Amino acid sequence: MPDLNTATAIDLNQWHLKSEQDLIELQKRIIESTDPNRPEIVVCHGTGCLANASDKVSEALKAGLAKAGINAKVMPGIKKTGCQGFCSRGPLVLIRPQGLFYQQVKARDADEIIEKTLMRGEIVKRLLYKDPKTKKAIATEQEIPFYKLQKRVVLKNIGKIDPTDILDTISSGGYQALAKALTSMTPEQVVAEVEKSGLRGRGGAGFPAGRKWRSALTAIKKKGRPVYVVVNGDEGDPGAFMDRTIMEGDPHSVLEGLIIGAYALGAQNGYLYVRAEYPLAIKHLEKAMEQARCLGLLGENILNTGFSFDARINRGAGAFVCGESTALFTSIEGKPGNPRPKYVRSVEEGLWGRPTVLNNVETWANVPLIIRKGANWYSGLGVSNSTGTKVFSLVGKVNNVGLVEVPMGVPVSRIVEEIGGGVPGGAPFKAVQTGGPSGGCIPYSLKETPVDFDSLTKAGSMMGSGAMIVMDDSDCVVDVGRYFLRFLEEESCGKCLPCRLGLSRMREVLDRFSQGKGSEKEIDDLINLSQAIVDGALCALGSSAPNPVLTTIRYFKDEYLAHVQDQKCPAGVCKDLITYRIDEEKCTGCTACSKQCPSNCISGEKKKIHVIDASSCIKCGICKESCKFGAVLTV
Amino acid sequence: MHQGELLDDILDQYPEKPEYLIFLLQDIQSKYGYISQDSMGQACEHAGVPLTQGYSVATFYQSFRLDPSGEHDIRVCMGTACHLKGAQRIVDDLSRKLNIKSGETTQDLRYTLSTVNCVGACALAPVIVVDEEYKSGMTAKKMDKQLKIMENELTEDTKEQGNA
Repeated sequence: MPDLNTATAIDLNQWHLKSEQDLIELQKRIIESTDPNRPEIVVCHGTGCLANASDKVSEALKAGLAKAGINAKVMPGIKKTGCQGFCSRGPLVLIRPQGLFYQQVKARDADEIIEKTLMRGEIVKRLLYKDPKTKKAIATEQEIPFYKLQKRVVLKNIGKIDPTDILDTISSGGYQALAKALTSMTPEQVVAEVEKSGLRGRGGAGFPAGRKWRSALTAIKKKGRPVYVVVNGDEGDPGAFMDRTIMEGDPHSVLEGLIIGAYALGAQNGYLYVRAEYPLAIKHLEKAMEQARCLGLLGENILNTGFSFDARINRGAGAFVCGESTALFTSIEGKPGNPRPKYVRSVEEGLWGRPTVLNNVETWANVPLIIRKGANWYSGLGVSNSTGTKVFSLVGKVNNVGLVEVPMGVPVSRIVEEIGGGVPGGAPFKAVQTGGPSGGCIPYSLKETPVDFDSLTKAGSMMGSGAMIVMDDSDCVVDVGRYFLRFLEEESCGKCLPCRLGLSRMREVLDRFSQGKGSEKEIDDLINLSQAIVDGALCALGSSAPNPVLTTIRYFKDEYLAHVQDQKCPAGVCKDLITYRIDEEKCTGCTACSKQCPSNCISGEKKKIHVIDASSCIKCGICKESCKFGAVLTV
Repeated sequence: MHQGELLDDILDQYPEKPEYLIFLLQDIQSKYGYISQDSMGQACEHAGVPLTQGYSVATFYQSFRLDPSGEHDIRVCMGTACHLKGAQRIVDDLSRKLNIKSGETTQDLRYTLSTVNCVGACALAPVIVVDEEYKSGMTAKKMDKQLKIMENELTEDTKEQGNA
């Protein structure tokens, strides 16, 4: 049977790197031992593709290859892949060296791929991506607008390397930034480089990372060491999955950034706090740490430079507030994740009361790039106050759902319409929600807003961690406001009153709006109450919570008024204000709706028009969901 | 777990320090599906914290359960993308079909229904996670099929037990 799995013939256990030269030598050996012309099939095993059975695809490919006796590398099993980003077209299969991009591949396509593409060099046309606008099939990844318009810097390895094999990372230049920092830079120079790069925290608030590190150095002068470095991998914003993808698909980039940070600050211990909902990320990080230790890149006397540092993983336990710095620290300490007032900042008094630098996953993953390519290169990307790139998860009512990395400062329209392919059906989008429960909505009229920290804040929203949720005309702003408030109400730790009670009161007002009750005055009351919460809440969870409501009132006041004055929900979402009806012209009498109706309120014979009895309808919406002809309407 | 069973295999992995309390509870839960009174006692004793702190932690974090969970774990993702695509409809539908509310377990201990904030699989919205497996683009019809599959598995299990 041909060797299908191993990338190289190099045995990890025989290498313990003692210098920068050793690392470069290892990289050279890996590259030399890999045949660049050897065909390679990369099967995406990101969560999205896995859910669509990409594991079966790689198994079928593996079995087919074994049968055909071809020498190729399959990346089989969950162990060996990362998310390629174009989630809505999954399962994705990439064939190298040609760079062919096959999408929506099923296990039964495996034999044809092997026979045609691998053995005869032909393209399986029906598996190619078709541009919905030009209807033309596109053969390679680089030519697909979704990828072509991106600038993949942080994501450059993801979906290309095997995240469970450190050799693949080293082959693509991994850990060279660490070697450079340890052997030719002083800790002070590392901090200065990060400062100069202009890197701002990718977790939400956008605080300059270099300034944070500098403050920690000042605190250390006052209080001495130990100091801790911590990765915030508690990606809680609903709709955000970029950190998950980075941890799963390129865990060494995060680890390398963390070790560089530890060197800059003189930390000996670090923590990676990862959401419990991300088991694969935890597994890949654990493996990455184990392999890095084996090679002498983590642990005692790293690269024989005398610098020692190690880290451990803490699994989160399902509390959104733990993404907040002080709450995260108390959780690492084994306690309920309650935040504390930040009269003293966490760089001075963080974990175990010691100076601590906490940065988000994507922030840490940017650090090696800055060290390796220089602050000038980095700040050349993006715009003046927001340098570098940002990874966004583009989700909701958009054709191309997936991960998008672009330089800071590109307009919303580029991301949603050009890369994302716009709203299914071709209508303009209604709004884009950025920044999760702490952010706000950018309406279509502001679609040319540059996506950078300051411009988004000016528009009333915020960068947040990078979730971009596209909404169309069937999404109700009052309902979205209620959704986020309910979310934060549940996640509020309850320690401070403005957040604990204020959010509930706000949600109750919106509940009434969704029932057609309330008045224009109550919209003003809502704004006043919001301001009180912004001013009075203890941590960012509370103080940013009113944002989704405030921005929707700002841009969609008419829709609020329609609810309270006309008792209408223009989007057809709020249950109390709508009735379901069947469009007689569209109904084919297929009976799909009446079969599914839980309250048996739809009557009609086969092939005859159906009717909904509004008096016993519970407005569950299942009829609308099950109708293939769009015949169920809300009025 | 049975009352009085020792958790040594879990306890021995962690130093006797309060910071390991969450680790202990997570391991107990993943092994037994919930944290019983007895195991809570052992975890707290090992970590050197009072029982009240154990319960304070277990009730603060959403992922801990203090009651036995069902054989099948159904979690509905309530992320924003799923919300826009009808996650609430999926929860309501399941509630009706299983006759339990979110957070509850059926009386026969077969199913536990819960919601999760976001599983980060937004391309699959609305998504549910059944025993760690992601199910994409859920509809009432697909849910019926899924429940049927689990129902059949359960009957086969019962048959096997009966034969043994």
